[in-house]
Amino acid sequence: MISEPKHASEPSYLEYKGKHKGILAWILSTDHKRIGLLYLYTIMSFFVVGATLGLLMKLELIAPGKTIMEAQMYNVTFTLHGIIMIFVIVIPGLPAVFGNFFLPIMIGAKDVAFPRLNLLSWWVYIAGIILVLIALFTGDGPPDTGWTFYAPYSFKTAGNMLPAVFGAFVLGFSSILTGLNFIVTIHRMRAPGMRWLKMPIFPWTLYGTAWIQLLATPIIGITLLMVAGERLFNIGFFDPALGGDPILYQHLFWIYSHPAVYIMILPAMGAISEIIPTFARKEIFGYKFVVGSTLAIAFVGYFVWGHHMFTSGMSGTALFAFSILTFLVAIPSAIKVFNWISTLYKGSIRMETPLYWALSFIFVFMIGGLSGLMQGAVAINVHVHDTHFIVAHFHFIVFGGTGFAFFGAMHYWFPKIWGRMYDAAWANTGWIIFFIGFLSLYGPMFYLGLQGMPRRYYDYDESFHGGNILSSLGAIIMIAGAMVIIVNLIRSARKGAPAVADPWGGRGLEWKIPSPPPLENFDEIPVIK
Amino acid sequence: MENSSHHIVPYRVYLIILAILILMTGISVAVTQIDLGVITIAVALLLATVKSAFVLIYFMHLKFDNRMFSIMAVGVFLMIGVVIFVTFLDYLFR
Repeated sequence: MISEPKHASEPSYLEYKGKHKGILAWILSTDHKRIGLLYLYTIMSFFVVGATLGLLMKLELIAPGKTIMEAQMYNVTFTLHGIIMIFVIVIPGLPAVFGNFFLPIMIGAKDVAFPRLNLLSWWVYIAGIILVLIALFTGDGPPDTGWTFYAPYSFKTAGNMLPAVFGAFVLGFSSILTGLNFIVTIHRMRAPGMRWLKMPIFPWTLYGTAWIQLLATPIIGITLLMVAGERLFNIGFFDPALGGDPILYQHLFWIYSHPAVYIMILPAMGAISEIIPTFARKEIFGYKFVVGSTLAIAFVGYFVWGHHMFTSGMSGTALFAFSILTFLVAIPSAIKVFNWISTLYKGSIRMETPLYWALSFIFVFMIGGLSGLMQGAVAINVHVHDTHFIVAHFHFIVFGGTGFAFFGAMHYWFPKIWGRMYDAAWANTGWIIFFIGFLSLYGPMFYLGLQGMPRRYYDYDESFHGGNILSSLGAIIMIAGAMVIIVNLIRSARKGAPAVADPWGGRGLEWKIPSPPPLENFDEIPVIK
Repeated sequence: MENSSHHIVPYRVYLIILAILILMTGISVAVTQIDLGVITIAVALLLATVKSAFVLIYFMHLKFDNRMFSIMAVGVFLMIGVVIFVTFLDYLFR
């Protein structure tokens, strides 16, 4: 039971006039809601860039041989697509946007624990992006290593690596600061009566994510500095000629970058765990198991990185250990899926756009998850390693999982954020176009990969032509769907019908305050009974 | 936690910890003269961990702070320890 907070006497965070005006009132604001939107606008802007690069790659692959770009340009394009999508969009993604906006509200606080540090996180994030952009337009050409910066190529290529590597390093600081802020906020600022096991699922997933951000991100930071050291001073960490070990780079890179997958997916699972109970009009099934599985994923996810390296030349013992650990991490993920399905079972289901996204999330996440489980087996992994099968798998998880949850969360919390309703007909139309495009784009890649088509090649054998045509057409359809969705959301934020405080019959604290929320969220801190 | 910032540690304690840290730094350097084979890195990490623990416990006041912070710090050490152990499943058996 939650005591009803009194009606807000303050203006909404959108209308509030403070010391600064215009754009300064946003980029200098320490309000967690405005900072969440700063991240949203930045992420959506770069999503357009990253998606365009992805579309260009698919257009190149629509036919064998050169179609629209040379091989070197293709290398640069997939590198930038990866860096932008992973470091700029998906890793900050849900925590930075919806975490910033809703974490304090959902736990009954007026802001995060360190509002100025929160604003600094955004500025550091922008500084990281600028460094990455500098890599594009200076030196001897953009980086061409892929987003993984694998040694020894990353310190031998003529591409402009240092700004890109340093940009990723700086972006990591933003992630660490956000994680630190969220951990302290959750420990210290929960409303009276909100014990740990009364906290909603989304803050729980942010908590698990924040620990990963805090503990894993420094490792990639140091690793990228080591790459810089290799390029600048020829130290020999990863150079066999100097007694170094290139596989050490892969270990260090994936010690961060596999947990980073859980930075991406845990908050996505949290958003889905908010959407499904609301539209099934039930409490979530097995709350404690959902919480436990969140923490288990965050914990076990630290120890599975080696499955990215099964063909690198690791010891047989390591292959065996990483294979078992990889299978283990599937258990808590499956618990979540069972709990979502059980929540829907005998629910009074209300079909709205966020639920369409949530249901399609489960569908694509299951395909992505099960294809990931296949790769936990060394024998299959060796066969499909560095093929299009891998590209299909991680897009089903990262885009199908995190991306679908992002759009689901976007529609779910849209009325709260902007105080207006989106146009449901256009939203549903955009979703179905996007869903069909997504499956057509990435589905054929499973087949192409099993047939042996490698990833990161701009050319291919004629026998792969059919699957690539379907995939490229899927990309065009998906981009069309994304445009419908984004245009509808932008239009609705300006001209949509006014939203009531709780349009969906939600249970969380965010639905107990006006839409859009007042400046300090609550006139009085709510008491949870 | 509320009282932790007011806890006063005698200078003598800080000086003893400083002496221990300097001594252990000397041991860290000296031990590199001995060929310890596969446990070379483990010994170096162990010495570094003990030194870090002294800094955390005394200089950073974990000893006088809320128990929760100690649990978090130990948890982080264990986590990193397991990560290093798993990494060496590759190097020791290659």
